[in-house]
Amino acid sequence: MAFTAAVITFPGSNCDRDMAVAIEAITGGTVHRVWHGDAELPAGLDFIALPGGFSYGDYLRSGAMAARSPVMQSVVAAANRGVAVLGVCNGFQVLTEAGLLPGALMRNAGIRFVCRDVPLVAENSQSLFTARYSAGQRITIPVAHHDGNYFADAETLDRLEGEGRVAFRYAEPVNGSQRDIAGVLNAAGNVLGMMPHPERMIEAAQGGSDGRALFESVLAGLRLAA
Amino acid sequence: MKIRVHVSLKNGVLDPQGRAIHHALEGLGFAGVNDVRAGRLIELDVADTVSDESLDEMCRKLLANQVIENFRIEKVA
Repeated sequence: MAFTAAVITFPGSNCDRDMAVAIEAITGGTVHRVWHGDAELPAGLDFIALPGGFSYGDYLRSGAMAARSPVMQSVVAAANRGVAVLGVCNGFQVLTEAGLLPGALMRNAGIRFVCRDVPLVAENSQSLFTARYSAGQRITIPVAHHDGNYFADAETLDRLEGEGRVAFRYAEPVNGSQRDIAGVLNAAGNVLGMMPHPERMIEAAQGGSDGRALFESVLAGLRLAA
Repeated sequence: MKIRVHVSLKNGVLDPQGRAIHHALEGLGFAGVNDVRAGRLIELDVADTVSDESLDEMCRKLLANQVIENFRIEKVA
């Protein structure tokens, strides 16, 4: 069966098209574009992506309004059924605000918006999203965010590390994140949130293709499961 | 009924905005400022029939993120 994905667009999303192109190019699947006001998701989804951007103008808190939009009720239900969900940048903020991932993303410690390629370490090579990376592999993926400073209490951080739920870590200081965390998984392993943008690093013309393996991992993982 | 919801960062949560404001105050020559924490004030005008429980729920569900923030509800009039 063909790989079927949805990319959710909120008012203020701006990486939705890049995300759809990346998924389509790498998986060869069908990508549905879904508007935030839609209460229902297309049937038979394998994968849902929440893209980067500034949903609702970052009003109240980044991702806070989007997390309460009609479509997110369906995304939460799908995630709880085991559908793979990836949130990138603003999408990561939305996932934490929706309670699908622990912690919160605060203003960067240096106050400034950070927009550059950053070195990352793929910490976990066992997850649905990272199986095509090797554990400890250094990769380069761009970030572009103002609120990427990952915060959770020490107990939560210990649990995330103990359970192998830190998917990616910054290899150098970027935004003040606790323990340099760049991406985290939920307990079931089917939800990943990350600040760096893998969809912006999928071919040489973009300066590198270190993001491809993430989408390849999902495709391979879901084929195995099917 | 006028309601003020005061949202503040929890103790122990680093506040980069507060720190930047602190630096700016020092830059303006104000001495003796020990610390600055920035929060948010949200004013609501609600019907008198809205219960305390409902106000509390508004804060928990949307107005504050309890991972990092505390809130205090103040009834103004």
